Amino acid sequence: MAWWLWAIGLAIAASTTTNPILLLLIMAVLGIVVANRRSEAPWARAFKYYVYLALAVIAIRVVFRSIFGGDVDAQTVHVLFTLPHIPLPSWLAGVQLGGPVTLEGTLSALYDGLRLATLLCCIGAANALANPKRALRVLPGALYELGVAVVVALSVAPQLVESAQRVRQARKLRGDAGGKFHALRSIAVPVLEDALDRSVRLAAAMDSRGYGRTGTATHRSRRLTGVLMLTGMCGLCLGAYGLLDGSGAASLGFPALLVGGVLAGAGLLLGSRRVRRTQYRPDPWRLPEWVTVLAGVVPAAVLVGVVGTTVAALNPSTQPLVWPSLPVVPALAILVAAIPAVAAPPPLRPRRPKRTVSA
Amino acid sequence: MIEFDRVTVSYPDASSPVLRNVTFTVEEGELALVVGRTGVGKSTLLGAVNGLVPHFTGGTLAGRVVIDGRETRTHKPRDLADVVGVVGQDPLAGFVTDTVEEELAYAMEQLAIPADVMRKRVEETLDLLGIAELRDRPLHELSGGQQQRVAIGSVLTAHPRILVLDEPTSALDPTAAEEVLAAVTRLVHDLGVTVLLAEHRLERVVQYADRVVEVRRDGTVATGDPAAMLATTAVAPPVVELGRLAGWDPLPLSVRDARRRVDPLRRRLADRPVPLPRRGRATGATGATGAAGAAAAAAAGEVALRARNVVVRYGPVVAVRGVDLDLVHGEVVALMGRNGSGKSSLLWALQGAGPRQTGLVQVGGTDPKSLPPAKARGLVGLVPQTPSDLLYLDAVGQELAQADREAGQAREAGQAREAGQAQELAAQPGDTLMTARELLDRLAPGIPDGAHPRDLSEGQRLSLVLAVQLSAAPRVVLLDEPTRGLDYAGKRSLVGIVDQLAAEGRSVVISTHDVEFVAAAADRVVVMAAGDVVADGPTPDVVVASPAFAPQTAKILAPLEYLTVDQVRTAVRTAAGEG
Repeated sequence: MAWWLWAIGLAIAASTTTNPILLLLIMAVLGIVVANRRSEAPWARAFKYYVYLALAVIAIRVVFRSIFGGDVDAQTVHVLFTLPHIPLPSWLAGVQLGGPVTLEGTLSALYDGLRLATLLCCIGAANALANPKRALRVLPGALYELGVAVVVALSVAPQLVESAQRVRQARKLRGDAGGKFHALRSIAVPVLEDALDRSVRLAAAMDSRGYGRTGTATHRSRRLTGVLMLTGMCGLCLGAYGLLDGSGAASLGFPALLVGGVLAGAGLLLGSRRVRRTQYRPDPWRLPEWVTVLAGVVPAAVLVGVVGTTVAALNPSTQPLVWPSLPVVPALAILVAAIPAVAAPPPLRPRRPKRTVSA
Repeated sequence: MIEFDRVTVSYPDASSPVLRNVTFTVEEGELALVVGRTGVGKSTLLGAVNGLVPHFTGGTLAGRVVIDGRETRTHKPRDLADVVGVVGQDPLAGFVTDTVEEELAYAMEQLAIPADVMRKRVEETLDLLGIAELRDRPLHELSGGQQQRVAIGSVLTAHPRILVLDEPTSALDPTAAEEVLAAVTRLVHDLGVTVLLAEHRLERVVQYADRVVEVRRDGTVATGDPAAMLATTAVAPPVVELGRLAGWDPLPLSVRDARRRVDPLRRRLADRPVPLPRRGRATGATGATGAAGAAAAAAAGEVALRARNVVVRYGPVVAVRGVDLDLVHGEVVALMGRNGSGKSSLLWALQGAGPRQTGLVQVGGTDPKSLPPAKARGLVGLVPQTPSDLLYLDAVGQELAQADREAGQAREAGQAREAGQAQELAAQPGDTLMTARELLDRLAPGIPDGAHPRDLSEGQRLSLVLAVQLSAAPRVVLLDEPTRGLDYAGKRSLVGIVDQLAAEGRSVVISTHDVEFVAAAADRVVVMAAGDVVADGPTPDVVVASPAFAPQTAKILAPLEYLTVDQVRTAVRTAAGEG
């Protein structure tokens, strides 16, 4: 839980700025902490793939901006190179295909992409540092069906990769006759059938071990919980959008967030009241956990706080082109987030006997 | 404790019900063994105990199932979790968490058991099942036997009064199976848990059973005392078959019981020659037609596959270290050894589709790995552990037609080899032109073209994949754990198929844990341990000497070297003929 709060804090901090120096700083902090404090479990290796995904997001963003260029301000442009301009029919006015690619446009696309990429890396870091299944344990009983679906998905996804490898190897035994479509089908059909079988068996196993015992819940309280949760979530989304968008809906954003939060909270409370469950050896919540959470909250608070005062430093202008400056206070705040790399307890490494030979 | 009252289960698209008018009770503290042919509804019966049938599987259940006073009609599986613990065939598929300790606690967390009680029960269960040293290991790293024990432990912590086990030892080697069964019997004896257990390999469990529940072909069920029931059941372990043959009454259920009765029989057999274990060998090529049979006889004795110093490595782990192996035409070799001893890796390396770091494999002068996969299968055919991996079309007929198309390419490799070695041409049996359909009809007659491969029984699916692989006419056939999920009749017909393949001059390698099957099917046994070949020799020599691998008949009739009940039957019959 502490790691998730920490990552959310950093994500909030990242969403307030497009300053590439600050964003790169956040990424560096994530990288350091993950490298120092992740376990050897399979989910911990996921961070790498999140980084790849982030890079892909930046690349796509820049390429699209280059092709659909558009906003050329005549006085300050630095044209990098010019793509062949393709005239579009008049009903597509406003959309431009090809044309000059400007340094300004490319940079602003790069900054935007970087922000999105940093958010992705935050999620990746949380995933790598905390076992997603343990995080799911705090999921209230009201969300029974959702819980089953997520646990099944989390367990079956790695097995899917494994069985895909197995089937691909098995295909060699039958020879590789046929075209591309044929090959795809001969792998996909057995793999998907296998995955479906496994999911059903896992869900059956969870059920027969008592997952989601309804206790004394009535049909009505069940429905009430659902309605409360759903409207609460809608409110939360609206509120978050209103706050982050910043283009005028802020007056609506804050109340919506508040109402949504209260509704969702009530739903959770009602839902968890009807399910009785205990926790075996719960993760301890001590000083290191507090430090971790605080280290995430500090950058979020500082960056949200300074948004009002120094917009220029956080969102460096690209028109006219300015070299991004390094705002000192936010940078220090972000560095605070690196503290868990040494302060958090190192992950438990299982005592492992000598590995036996496996076929 | 468990009460079935006129229970009938039917699924919407099936023509007849799976279970028909089933009525029986299992008393508290009993170990009840569910027996029956493959696919008769044993799993449905077990699923009905905790309400997975019909709450989870669909279908309709008529009648009443009452478990410890609760009826499954009104109680869902999760409401019965504190009374019934269910362990499925594949323990890995049922694991919800990542480490042993969390898995043991999971069911208790759902039942809202206080933290201090949970902690105590986890420790007790770790000790009870002998898995204390595994407590923080990740589940997917454990061996099969360890996983199965953790799965049993994970339901035991909830202190259920009934334990339902669906083939708990089918995937395990003999030693691991012993571990699991020892744990189960301890629960029955010490804790008074009621156990309902389904198992194909009866020789392992029948001696522990207090009651036998037989599910018949038509969906009806009969229960009774094990010795009385087994006199007539469709499936029976070798010890029971021997008892039936010798007319012992009551039937012995364990090797120990049988040995106390065996003296007269042993004296009768003592001064007679032991018949050959495999009938096919004794009379020459039975399965093949005249000319092909003669050709096969000529080929027998020639080396079909030569492997030298084969090494297979996965990263730092060495799975096969420097194995030498010669396979002779017309020979059936059984490959045995613990789970993870390198059997599968060796088979895949011999076929050429798996990795092989160093070493030499030659089939008729060619290395299958140097050929494209479509041609390599014309030299060596491999049926993998999960045969369904090779099937992807909607109907048996389509699969067979596809196999014939693929076989065309594969045969080129075989023909190239024939042209190169003209003198070996005489050794080619006349079956190279058989279509997949003809092969399938010989292996398992009566599978319609329109059937979906997923709807076939384990044995039929195995036959289908074998037919697909044989359509390429390989000279060497490798089978990776084909006996999984086959009942005695299924294994007997597999022995017939293997005999037939050998009679055609092919050389067959079968990796398996099933000693009874090996005794009936194999000429030669190769035992692997930690990547090395530790024993290699004729079946009687290797199998009789080893306490873990000796079949029941050998244990009962020792020191006479009989391996199968069929041998004894032949010997008794000739004795009667002479006398």
